[in-house]
Amino acid sequence: MTQLALVIDLNVCVGCHACVTSCKEWNTSGSAGPLPDHNPYGADPSGTFFNRVQTFEVGCFPNTQTVHFPKSCLHCEEPPCVPVCPTGASYKRAEDGIVLVDYDKCIGCKYCAWACPYGARELDEQQKVMKKCTLCVDRIYDESLPPAERRPACVLACPTSARLFGDIHDPESEVSEAIRENGGYQLMPEWGTRPANHYLPRRRVRMEIHADELERVDNPLRKERQQPRPALDEPSLDDVTSW
Amino acid sequence: MHPAFSVILLTTLIGAGQGLFLALYTDQVYSVFRVIRALPPTASGLYAMGSLIALVLLAAGLLASFFHLGRPERAWRAASQWRTSWLSREVLLLPAFMALVAAYGGLHHLGWDPLLARLGDSIPVHLSLLVGAAGTLAAFALFICTGMIYASLRFLQEWASPLTVLNFILLGTASGFTLAAGLAAWRWPALTGFYGLWAIALTLAAAVLRTASLVRNHRLRHRSSPQTAIGIRHPQIVQKAQGAMGGAFNTREFFHGRSDAWVRLVRHLFLLLGFVLPVAVMAAGLLLPAPRLLVLAFALQYLGLVAERWYFFAEARHPQNLYYQAA
Repeated sequence: MTQLALVIDLNVCVGCHACVTSCKEWNTSGSAGPLPDHNPYGADPSGTFFNRVQTFEVGCFPNTQTVHFPKSCLHCEEPPCVPVCPTGASYKRAEDGIVLVDYDKCIGCKYCAWACPYGARELDEQQKVMKKCTLCVDRIYDESLPPAERRPACVLACPTSARLFGDIHDPESEVSEAIRENGGYQLMPEWGTRPANHYLPRRRVRMEIHADELERVDNPLRKERQQPRPALDEPSLDDVTSW
Repeated sequence: MHPAFSVILLTTLIGAGQGLFLALYTDQVYSVFRVIRALPPTASGLYAMGSLIALVLLAAGLLASFFHLGRPERAWRAASQWRTSWLSREVLLLPAFMALVAAYGGLHHLGWDPLLARLGDSIPVHLSLLVGAAGTLAAFALFICTGMIYASLRFLQEWASPLTVLNFILLGTASGFTLAAGLAAWRWPALTGFYGLWAIALTLAAAVLRTASLVRNHRLRHRSSPQTAIGIRHPQIVQKAQGAMGGAFNTREFFHGRSDAWVRLVRHLFLLLGFVLPVAVMAAGLLLPAPRLLVLAFALQYLGLVAERWYFFAEARHPQNLYYQAA
């Protein structure tokens, strides 16, 4: 069974919020209605977002790391928000594992938001229904788009490719490989929600650069003199001849 | 959590309504089975009046619940997911219980209560006894649904306990019996002692279990931490940005926004108003006797339970707050 998900590489994310703005732009202009902001230019702005980038500082000064942490619905495989919904507006699609809200059935009782330990759901204060990341379900199956663009808006926007999208149940997929090879993990595993979205941890990246890597010992440009032109019957090797 | 007054009113009002109905029916059952004196001839009037008041409380609670909804015009949809959702079960049970209370009160008001059978030689089984039994089952089922709405959220650890359900049952029945005592004191003084003693016993039992719940939550160790929330194993994690420059649903819905001193004050207030004062006032009312004190006891206890419910929400720390540490 397919389980679509995002894999977010915390080692690569630079916290530029391109995924946030791209998500907002796509999802506020779709057929499901806007994601309204209230008082956006005032003293106390407020708005509905599917995706937010938060920033954490890990460690004690001066040995700190700044971790930018993109956060959206994790499309849990055991979503606690779905069974509590009294109307059936919240549901998990069997065919691709996306957790969705039917905005026409939602009564705005907020019980699903209480039941989500991740705070992934946000009530739209204008439409008065619960909203959350749809994994751009209106994009990824749109055959009018070129195949390369049938991916969530946040994934397309990420300038550092920190966001991967794919089927985590397919062991050969890019996302499964990333999880397997790079220590992908789930958030709050203690609640047994089995989030589909995974995060790749910060990894120590140290570049060892030796002098001979900066400058090839056999660099032909370093040769002090022009090499004699080989005869026609001699082998002509770049490093030993010049002409 | 943010204590929403719609939900505070819903749970306290229907709790008192359910408790009042249970008080009336307990009295009837005790009389029929001759645990206490035989029914005074005017008891039907009390049952009818009590059922009416219970219905008003339940309807007021139902009305309050609509103010919690973003889309109240679609509320009828909430009845569909009773297989999985305790909220849906509550939505179904509340009107069913109201119908049973109306039937019970109606039978007593009209005085139409046919004898259906006799248990043994002497115990008559009237229709109202059966309707009342169904109502009692519905009342308890409704208490369980209301409690389980909160107790079933496993990561809200302050609520995820059998104590939550037991407290909803005991606090609701205690306030209902207190109201029944006040009601009896008004026009049916012969029944005041029965309800008053039950009310004191239930209030004391509720005080014990509510205190147990306070102690449990005081000792609680939360399973989620900033480390599990973002998956980074380091003891020192400080949030620098929340992904929002201003407020968001997440910074409003899950925080009570009051100081610790205020929360402590509400806790003292509900222990005093909900338990200590009502028991003292009811004891005085029964001993003096001063029937008006029993009405005062209910007013005090209801205010106490509103404070208790506010504290119940404010006390619960949602794990999503780990992502909004500056809110």
